[in-house]
Amino acid sequence: MSVQETASSDPLVTEETRRLNMIEAINEALDIMLARDPDVIIMGEDVGYFGGVFRATAGLQEKHGKTRVFDTPISECGIIGVAVGMGAYGLRPVPEIQFADYIYPGLDQLISEAARLRYRSAGEYIAPMTVRSPFGGGIFGGQTHSQSPEAIFAHVSGLKTVIPSTPHDAKGLLIAAIEDNDPVIFFEPKRIYNGPFSGYYDKPVEPWKKHRDSKVPEGYYKIPLGKARIVQEGEAMTVLTYGTMVHVAEAVCAAKGVDAEILDLRTLVPLDIEAIEKSVKKTGRCLIVHEATRTAGFGAELSALVTERCFYHLEAPVDRVTGFDTPYPHSLEWAYFPGPVRIGEAIDKLLKD
Amino acid sequence: MADRPEGTAAQGSNKPVLSLHVPEPKYRPGDTVDFSHIGVTRPGDQPRPDEVCHASETAPLTLDLVRVLGDDNKAHGPWDPKLDPETLRQMLRHFAMVRAFDARMYRGQRQGKTSFYMKCTGEEATSISAAMALASDDMVFPSYRQQGILIARGYSLVEMINQIYSNRGDKLKGRQLPIMYSSREHSFFSISGNLATQTPQAVGWAMASAIKGDSRIAATWVGEGSTAEGDFHSACTFAAVYNAPVILNVVNNQWAISSFSGFAGAERTTFAARAVGYGIAGIRVDGNDPLAVYAAERWAANRARANAGPTLIEHFTYRAEGHSTSDDPSQYRSAHESDEWPLGDPVNRLKKHLIALGEWDEERHAAMDLACAEEVKAATKEAEKNGILGHGLHHPFATMFEDVFEELPWHLVEQSKQAIHEREVKFPEGRPK
Ligand SMILES: Cc1ncc(C[n+]2csc(CCOP(=O)(O)OP(=O)(O)O)c2C)c(N)n1
Ligand SMILES: [Mg+2]
Repeated sequence: MSVQETASSDPLVTEETRRLNMIEAINEALDIMLARDPDVIIMGEDVGYFGGVFRATAGLQEKHGKTRVFDTPISECGIIGVAVGMGAYGLRPVPEIQFADYIYPGLDQLISEAARLRYRSAGEYIAPMTVRSPFGGGIFGGQTHSQSPEAIFAHVSGLKTVIPSTPHDAKGLLIAAIEDNDPVIFFEPKRIYNGPFSGYYDKPVEPWKKHRDSKVPEGYYKIPLGKARIVQEGEAMTVLTYGTMVHVAEAVCAAKGVDAEILDLRTLVPLDIEAIEKSVKKTGRCLIVHEATRTAGFGAELSALVTERCFYHLEAPVDRVTGFDTPYPHSLEWAYFPGPVRIGEAIDKLLKD
Repeated sequence: MADRPEGTAAQGSNKPVLSLHVPEPKYRPGDTVDFSHIGVTRPGDQPRPDEVCHASETAPLTLDLVRVLGDDNKAHGPWDPKLDPETLRQMLRHFAMVRAFDARMYRGQRQGKTSFYMKCTGEEATSISAAMALASDDMVFPSYRQQGILIARGYSLVEMINQIYSNRGDKLKGRQLPIMYSSREHSFFSISGNLATQTPQAVGWAMASAIKGDSRIAATWVGEGSTAEGDFHSACTFAAVYNAPVILNVVNNQWAISSFSGFAGAERTTFAARAVGYGIAGIRVDGNDPLAVYAAERWAANRARANAGPTLIEHFTYRAEGHSTSDDPSQYRSAHESDEWPLGDPVNRLKKHLIALGEWDEERHAAMDLACAEEVKAATKEAEKNGILGHGLHHPFATMFEDVFEELPWHLVEQSKQAIHEREVKFPEGRPK
């Protein structure tokens, strides 16, 4: 089953598809939601007139007005805090944090407040916000423009964590996230905003327009949170991954001619455990790939789940390929990045065992 | 939408309808610019309270604008720091050097020698003149736009460029984004990419200095946009509570990337006026007037050293160029703003002042500019021997794992081996030169 088939067999996809890059797809999702739901508002540093430092909100203020799409003071604590208040009123805020690396001043509002509001008020109040933020490295952004902190959020009860890997998914997942009544962290892999990244950094970048997953249907459609995507079916092993690393894993498997089944998790919480179990039980081998640091990374959770649930089907120990446990270095970016060599060797080892 | 309280309150009642105010800058791309609403005060008119006065005595100064240099290029009034010509020439040379350095590094980024650069054009006085008013061992906690401090403190250009190129000569081991310097030797704190974090740290350093009965003070710099961060307000509160010997410099260059100062509260009051609420001294100074900046910083330094407490200084200036090499300001602001800026250019103003004093002339100025450009060029050549970003001459892979902790735990030892192994796989014949 190819991805095109998945997309076109989706009952929600009725209209024609065009090719968009990930920024355009995100912009379109926001535009659609602003038009559909008068309670949706967008705010963040530089998102208004300028349209965001990555242009994700370009044109939206002009189209929907200054009280729907607006700039904020440089205070992530303030941005998330007022989003909690707006949610309490009944709005559906979609705040942007300019880089995931800058979300930390907002953590108290996110972890102690947004994530727990439904629970502590027994459902009287909710925080239906979607916090969008570019994350991940591979752009020579140094340690404050490259982090992948998704595990911190996945660890917090009450937060959903979503990470798209294609323009098609970015649009459908973002619409689903905005409509979701719980707080959602929506991390956008900035390295693949303009084109998928194979991990072979010395090769020219392929633009999205040439990629099969850049076909983005017009209009409104949703991809449910908690459903993984089978990037490719295979028998030899299962690769669990998300974000930029989906493309890297795919390229490495192709280069090595490995018949791997690659699962793009799409959401870490809620997790598509069914798809994971099904695949690992079929292949008997499991490799987890993420760019984030290793220790207590989301890979550790995945590894534990797979071991707990598929132990008697495993032919080899579950393995993880991750970033190193250091801050993201500037000049040694490609030594840090879990690229083709690290993934390739892990695949060899997994198949040998 | 499901599962949420009813959203719309009783509209159509006789209560007034609320509306949200969203700030908007006066000028956008293409607009002609008129800055006549900016209150440009008369140089020399502002009173200079005693350095150990009660903080409330400075309250009027937080809404004023301290200026010294007049249109006649002469120094006026009680804030004239009365610097000797040699010091002024030195200051001018630091200005010229920073400009030459910025020009070259900006070009270097465009030529692909590094990933990123940030200029401070138009704001040179806010770092250089201020740094010159401090003792050289007073501790500074800068933001990313105070390269002038390092130049004023005599930091080596080659070291700066090594850092910008992230090459094997970079003493920060190529880890930090360009311009995120650190030099303990120059009492210059390691720069963070996370805004405003340095402000409470400066207060903490100052508190430590007071705890230990030291005589050194601390100073920090933060952009006006970044004063919205909670860290800045914690800094002000701690500074006030402990009467910390610290100077909080707010560089109001009107813009925070594409957001004008109104998004940090400038439509309501000045940034200096924040001081009043915290009960600390505050001064609003013409940030493009090198003498006024020097005088304000010296006033605050003397106050701190006399145990009279912290001062918040707003440097009213203008970011004459883009936010960084990643930014195109023509997308969001009028290109005429910079030309129309009513407070002029700090380099030009200092130069004209020295000429008016009979201590400088155009020929010497041109020669100085040339000499600075040559010095920067030579330093660039020297630094390039250590490599440029992405061209092989970086620190060894093992260094990536150092300094995460004082000692390497087992997992970093393993990961270090893995990194070196990967290098050998990728470059079996050794790294290309
Ligand atoms: C915590 C945090 N949030 C956001 C950013 C992204 N960012 C970098 S610079 C900047 C604007 C800062 O403006 P200002 O404080 O006025 O300083 P200026 O650049 O004008 O010197 C922003 C939003 C950041 N670096 N850190
Ligand atoms: Mg600013």
